[in-house]
Amino acid sequence: MPPTPATPAIEFRNVSYQVAETHVLRSLTLQVQPGETLALLGRSGSGKTTTLKLVNRLLSPTAGEVLVNGVPNLNADVTRLRRSIGYVIQEVGLFPHFTVARNIGLVPKIEGWPEPRVRARVEELLQMVGLAPELASRYPHQLSGGQRQRVGVARALAADPQILLMDEPFGALDPLTRDELQREFISLQKRLRKTVVFVTHDLREAMRLGSRIALMEAGKLVTILSPDEFLRSTDPWASAYVKAFGDRLESTTTEGKS
Amino acid sequence: MNVFRFILQNRSQVLELTGEHLWLVGLSTLFATLIGIPLGIVIAHWPRLNKPVLAGANIIQTVPSLALFGFLLPVPWLGDRADRLAILALTLYALLPIIRNTYTGIRGVDPAVMEAGRGMGLTESQLLLQVELPLAISVILSGVRTAIVISVGLATIAAAIGAGGLGEFIFRGLAMVDNRVILAGAVPAAMLALLADIGVGWLERRLQPR
Repeated sequence: MPPTPATPAIEFRNVSYQVAETHVLRSLTLQVQPGETLALLGRSGSGKTTTLKLVNRLLSPTAGEVLVNGVPNLNADVTRLRRSIGYVIQEVGLFPHFTVARNIGLVPKIEGWPEPRVRARVEELLQMVGLAPELASRYPHQLSGGQRQRVGVARALAADPQILLMDEPFGALDPLTRDELQREFISLQKRLRKTVVFVTHDLREAMRLGSRIALMEAGKLVTILSPDEFLRSTDPWASAYVKAFGDRLESTTTEGKS
Repeated sequence: MNVFRFILQNRSQVLELTGEHLWLVGLSTLFATLIGIPLGIVIAHWPRLNKPVLAGANIIQTVPSLALFGFLLPVPWLGDRADRLAILALTLYALLPIIRNTYTGIRGVDPAVMEAGRGMGLTESQLLLQVELPLAISVILSGVRTAIVISVGLATIAAAIGAGGLGEFIFRGLAMVDNRVILAGAVPAAMLALLADIGVGWLERRLQPR
C-alpha cells in the first residue's frame, strides 16, 4: 500500500434518509478507510442498518451521497456494486433449496467463473471459515446456527469483495458460538484486511472487533472513537453505553476505566 | 355390475368422450397456467394490483357455470364452436386458484432470503428464476392441481352447450332417466379428476424445495 492518503473505501457526505415524515438518518458524514473495521453501534431504530443498506444501495439516500472507492454509488451499476461488496445479515438468508456449495458459489457462478474454479473457491472458503469440506453437499436446514452463519460469511466472501457489510452477524447465536465466531472473525480479518462495516448493539462486540466505533442515536452520528477512547469518553451517550455494559467490560479489558 | 357392462359395451364412445373431456380440461388448464402464473408473479411484486386482480378472479368464480356458458354463447367467433367457448369458460374458472397460489407462494418466500439475494447482487430476474419460483413451485402446483380438479367437474356441464365431453352421457342419462348412462359419464370423470390429482400431487412433492 502506498503511504499517500488513500481514497476512503466508503464515504458518506451529508447523507439523509427519510421515509414519509420520519427522518431515519440525518446528514450523516463519515469515512471508512480501506482495511479498517468500523462498528456501527446504537440501539434499535438509531439508523445503523439503514446506514449499511445505503452503501450497497438496498436503500437510496433522500439527500447527500454515498461514495464507494471514491465513486458516488448512485453512478455505479447496482448489480456490479453489490457483487463487489459482501453482505452478511443476522438471519443469514441462505437459499434453502441450494446446497452449501451452491449457496457459496452462486455469485462466482453467475459471474461466469468456470466450474472447477468455483469448486476450488468453495473448498477454500469452507476451510477459511472453519467448516468441514463434507458440509458442502448439505442443505441449510441440516446445519446448526453457527454453521449457517459461517456459510453466510463464506458466501459474502465468495467473489473476493474488498468491502464487507455485516448486519448484526453474530446477534442470533448462543454466547459460546458467538464468542468463537468473533474470535475467528478477528483472525480472518487480520489475514484478509477487508474494509468491514458491521452493525451491532453490543458495545463489547464493537470494542472487540472494531478498530473504530461509530455511535449512533436517533438517526444521528454521535461520535466516532477508537475502543480505548470510547471507554474514557465523556460524551453522555458513550458513557451511558459504557455504564450499561460496565461490569462486563471491566472483566474483559485489562486496563479498563478506574 | 350393470354400469361397468354398459361402459364396456360402449367403450369406444366412452373413450371418445373421455378424449374430448381431456382436450377441454387440458387446453383450458394450459391457458389458465400461462395467464395465471405470470399474473400471480406480477401481483406478488406490485401489491397495488393484488386486490383488483384477485377480486376479478373471485367474481368470475361466483358466476354459475351454466350461466357463464350461456352468456358467452352469443359472442360471434366464440359461439361458432362450442368447444372454444367451453375452453374459454373453463380457463376463466381455473384462473383464481392458480393466481392466488402463485401470489401466496411467492409472498411466502423468506424476506431474509430475498434481502440476502438482492444484497449479493442478484438481478430481479435471477431472483425470480433462481429463488422465488423454485421456492414457490409446490404451492403454485397445488393451485394448478385444484384448478384441474375443478375443471374436470365443470367440463361435464360443457355438454349442455354441445361442447362434448363426458357430460354428454350425464345429460343423456338424465333425459333417459337411466342411471347407468349417467354413471358412464360420471365415473370416468371422477377417475380423471382423481388421476390428475395424484399425478400433479406427485410432481408437487418431487419439486418440493428442501
